[in-house]
Amino acid sequence: MEKILLVGNPNVGKSAIFSRLTGAKVVVSNYPGTTVEFLQGRMKIGRARPMVVDVPGTYSLEPTSKVEEVTVEMIKEGDVAINIIDATNLERNLYLTLQLLEKKVPVIVVLNMWDDTKHKGIDIDVGKLEEKLGVPVIPTCALTGVGIKELVERLPEAKIIKAQSSSESQKWKKIGEIVNEVQTLTHHHHTFLQHLEDLSIKPLTGLPIAAGVLFCAFLVVRFIGENLISYIFEPLFEKVWLPIIMKLSLVLGGGGFLHNVFIGNLIDGTVDFGQSFGLLSTGLFVPLAMVLPYIFSFYLVLGFLEDFGYLPRLAVMADNVMHRVGLHGYAIIPMILGLGCNVPGALATRLLEGKREKFIAATLMAITVPCMAQIAMIVGLVGQRGGRYLLIIFFTLFALWIIKGLILNRVLKGESPAILVEVPPYRMPQTKAVFKKLWMRVFWFLKEALPFVLLGVLFVNVLYALKVIDYIAGIFAPVLTGLWGLPKEAIAALVVGFLRKDVAVGMLGPLNLTTKQLVVGCTILAVYFPCIATFTVLVRELGLKDMLKAALIMIMVALLVGSTLNLVL
Amino acid sequence: MIDLTKLKPGECGFVVEIQGGEGFTSRIQSMGIRPGKRITKVSSHFWGGPQTIKIDNMKVAIGFGMAKKIFIEREKNGKDSISR
Repeated sequence: MEKILLVGNPNVGKSAIFSRLTGAKVVVSNYPGTTVEFLQGRMKIGRARPMVVDVPGTYSLEPTSKVEEVTVEMIKEGDVAINIIDATNLERNLYLTLQLLEKKVPVIVVLNMWDDTKHKGIDIDVGKLEEKLGVPVIPTCALTGVGIKELVERLPEAKIIKAQSSSESQKWKKIGEIVNEVQTLTHHHHTFLQHLEDLSIKPLTGLPIAAGVLFCAFLVVRFIGENLISYIFEPLFEKVWLPIIMKLSLVLGGGGFLHNVFIGNLIDGTVDFGQSFGLLSTGLFVPLAMVLPYIFSFYLVLGFLEDFGYLPRLAVMADNVMHRVGLHGYAIIPMILGLGCNVPGALATRLLEGKREKFIAATLMAITVPCMAQIAMIVGLVGQRGGRYLLIIFFTLFALWIIKGLILNRVLKGESPAILVEVPPYRMPQTKAVFKKLWMRVFWFLKEALPFVLLGVLFVNVLYALKVIDYIAGIFAPVLTGLWGLPKEAIAALVVGFLRKDVAVGMLGPLNLTTKQLVVGCTILAVYFPCIATFTVLVRELGLKDMLKAALIMIMVALLVGSTLNLVL
Repeated sequence: MIDLTKLKPGECGFVVEIQGGEGFTSRIQSMGIRPGKRITKVSSHFWGGPQTIKIDNMKVAIGFGMAKKIFIEREKNGKDSISR
């Protein structure tokens, strides 16, 4: 047994099982399409260490779409297929099972979400189902871990049935017979959550609920973020870290290249965490004290909404608006993930069927959806000048999103497919699961972002020392001052923006800009180009040619928006 | 026989026919929406928005254009008896 495949419908808990089997940390949520990448990991059975592959969810093995084609190919290579079934939707899930039983691969069936069957009034005779299918059937609840041990123990019992291939209608007939025999339903009344499910998907109640959820999410993110900064992170830096690096500053002689790289410029004889721009001052303060608190609060709220099962409902509510920009409602998911970080946002465009849709969603996201790191910096910097300036920036980005979407929808040939998505039931998120996911994402931020932030700060110092910035500033001065009304030194921020947008926004701080210049600068930094990490993913997802097209659009938008804001404000 | 968009929220019916290309019909059917199944309409969104239905224990949102190709025999006085 070398390769174990996890095969099943979307949102049945494949990733949760994967995580249980391999111990790997993977994102698990309550919406179809959480996993867009192939996840692989090794598990331990005695001495063996077989590879487990989490195959993206699919409803059937008829190769009508790319996902299904890939799944069919992968099944040929698998030594065992664990077919994961949502026990509360036996009938629909069994279709894939019957298709799987026709293949030359040993199959073992997992009845996941077993705990849900009880309060839904569903009773399944597992023994009889085993008999009917001819392969082992194991009830599990992956979120709590119930049944996983038995699954591992019985893996060797997986069997090849090689059932005679049958037509679609023959399969449904057989499924009907099986379900009739093994499943009994008892009537039960709607629970509170089920009432809420219905309310949040009807237009008259659903739209106010959507507005309320988004507004509350915003308030909670801000509340937690702000308080973490002002009561924990800022005091920590000012009271504990400042004295230490002031001593270091003395040791380094209070000036010179090394001092500039590590401590930065002293302002009125002391380190100013926002403006000094040394590795140990601003280089640590930006990611840890300004951005991290908002990353934490954003992913906490997002994780809750994901696990609760709200996102697909938001997608249904947004469907109408999204169609105007050439997308369908489910494209709201890459946008929302993009608010955290554009990289997972870009990956999530794989949820969308067509090339056209992917292109529209990816460029809209990369241009007009600022990531949380950037938002945190803009809030930190512009917020001091007054809330309405923040509104101007975010309203401009939103307006751009709409205008650009309308134009792309007109210009690009073809039509966008309609939404077709399963809307999962609401589930009370488990505290442990939410915090596990939060920790994974925060850790990912620290691992992926922190090095780039430090690199960015180092890069700035080196460029300044080598007078490169002065040189480039001279070249781009006409655009910067002429079109955008910014001082030519702001070019440094645009250069660093390729590496990290948060550092770039931070670099506007020491330039003593007027409020108008700050608003223009922040908006341009948001739209002109994606950061290197997002750029790399987009090249992979869209192909180089489409990415170059997108880049061209971005630069044009930046030129246009920058000069318009400069004229209007 | 009416198409799915004509069914009112709260009403039930049986799927009679699914029209359209093979890709579409097999995609819809593999999700469990197929002739003979009893469905309940949950909601219908304005301006040609998505239609949500309940089928067994599952809710599905279907784009307006797709819903137009799914034909239903309305159930008289059919209240949502499998209220799960």
